[in-house]
Amino acid sequence: MRVGLVCPYTWDVPGGVQEHIMNLAEALIDLGHHVSVISPADDDTPLPGYVVPAGRAVPVPYNGSVARLAFGFLSASRVKRWLKEGSFDVLHVHEPAAPSLSLLACWVADGPIVATVHTAIPRSRAMHAAEPILQSALEKISGRIAVSEAARTTLVEHFGGDAVLIPNGVPVQKFEKADPLPGWPGPGGALGFLGRMDEPRKGFAILLRAFEMLAAERPGLRLLVAGHGDAHEALARAPAALRDRIVVLGQVSDADKVRVYHSVDVFCAPNTGGESFGIVLAEAMAAGAPIVASDLDAFRQVLRRGEAGELFPTGNAAELAAAARRLLDQPELRAGLSAAASAAVRAYDWPIVARDVVRVYEAVVPAAGPVAVLPR
Amino acid sequence: MIDAIVVVVVVAMLGVYVSWRAGRLDRLHARLEARRAALDVALVRRSSVALELASSGLLDPATSLLLASAAHDARSAQNGQAGWGGGHGGRGGQNGGPGGEGGQELPESDLTRALRAVFGQPGFRDSLNGTEGAEELLTELEGAAHQVFLARKFYNDAVAATRAARRTPLVRLLRLAGGAPLPDFFEIEDSLVGTGEAGQGADMPHLTG
Repeated sequence: MRVGLVCPYTWDVPGGVQEHIMNLAEALIDLGHHVSVISPADDDTPLPGYVVPAGRAVPVPYNGSVARLAFGFLSASRVKRWLKEGSFDVLHVHEPAAPSLSLLACWVADGPIVATVHTAIPRSRAMHAAEPILQSALEKISGRIAVSEAARTTLVEHFGGDAVLIPNGVPVQKFEKADPLPGWPGPGGALGFLGRMDEPRKGFAILLRAFEMLAAERPGLRLLVAGHGDAHEALARAPAALRDRIVVLGQVSDADKVRVYHSVDVFCAPNTGGESFGIVLAEAMAAGAPIVASDLDAFRQVLRRGEAGELFPTGNAAELAAAARRLLDQPELRAGLSAAASAAVRAYDWPIVARDVVRVYEAVVPAAGPVAVLPR
Repeated sequence: MIDAIVVVVVVAMLGVYVSWRAGRLDRLHARLEARRAALDVALVRRSSVALELASSGLLDPATSLLLASAAHDARSAQNGQAGWGGGHGGRGGQNGGPGGEGGQELPESDLTRALRAVFGQPGFRDSLNGTEGAEELLTELEGAAHQVFLARKFYNDAVAATRAARRTPLVRLLRLAGGAPLPDFFEIEDSLVGTGEAGQGADMPHLTG
């Protein structure tokens, strides 16, 4: 199948939507489809072979913040040319309600169009004002996908109709194998944490309390921390005696992130709520890390009710310490959880997710001919 | 006797002076009110024409959407009237904008930036050449934007004069301004060209004509 993917945000700026499109494109290519992605990007940015630049994105105020978007007649004519040259069987736009390439593509194209909605936006009066403008472009979409329940709700509230829920994928292969960071996990054992240290819902404070309990009885135990947030501030909250046993890496590269998962004996996800899927958890599972996680609905589902990782009562530092202690003491228990996690995460692997997306393509394709370009 | 006459004359002269000062302050406040009303009208007109352009079908939907949401946020702030000027009054109504400091100023500046982004596309005017109604609407929008620039300049002039008059010891001692709040400057970005763009330097750059 010839698939045209439209990315609304600048390719060279990292972001969830861009990463999603990259993984989807590569998975589709692996499945034997022809894929072309059009994305805002400077003409001199190095891009993968399947990405066509649509010109520079302009920073403009939108929805209360400044977004880098591509709009205007020049972008529209680039999209038109791309559509003509691509002669796609299906056009797949992402985040179609953003004033960017995806909306332009809906405007100039005719034929089978699939759209994926990523973010949940609360219904606002501004959206209401924009609805007539959006409506004519969006009613051409024949198949709609939401990556989360919240995104689906947004879609239904704004535009009516329904959407298929296909959760975000995890590129399992990228996480499977990596060398631990030098010196880790070390003879005394290591706990790991990844996420914003200053975001209370990520539960770093709970982990610190649990680490305090464990560190008192295990002189060699260390804690490895990666993610956004002020490292000094995070360390200041720990008892002075323990500070040299807590290593804070701060923001790490994608490659180092994989190595962090492979550098610890027990990976901790002490989140207290607000997780719709738990991408960090899925990544840790892909890396085969033994996991201790809060007993949140989303986590329980991903961890198969505890088969693929230990669950502890959300917010309870003593229970977190107890679960981590069990795992640290029993290597065979860790090995079992690691194997179970690697198996369970397969359901979220990109090739599987991409296959679901292809099913959506197949459902819309026979209804119409290939994607055509309208004279605008 | 002479003493009494002198005292009466001095008191009378003082009274005349004070009432002249109060009258002057009154006139300054009246001028301020008029300038403020003119600025309000200019802002409303600018956002209305921007909305009209956004819904005219002359532009592509992405540009229309940007313009519509910016104009809509400005309209909400205008209707809310919260935090008018100075940015001490909290967020501007239900505009869903970033809120916090800024009140009406932030959404109006955002509208300016959105207009800048639309007008600033290379070859923008040529792309609409020959489209019916485009020329009129663009000229009207540019005129409305220039009107905002002028109205704001004159309003801020009036604010400066009023503030200076109210700072004098006599006015403060006798509370000649009564309970009227000290007027705040209205600070927004209102030029259709950003720094380093063509046309910078002109107060009212002509982009469409």
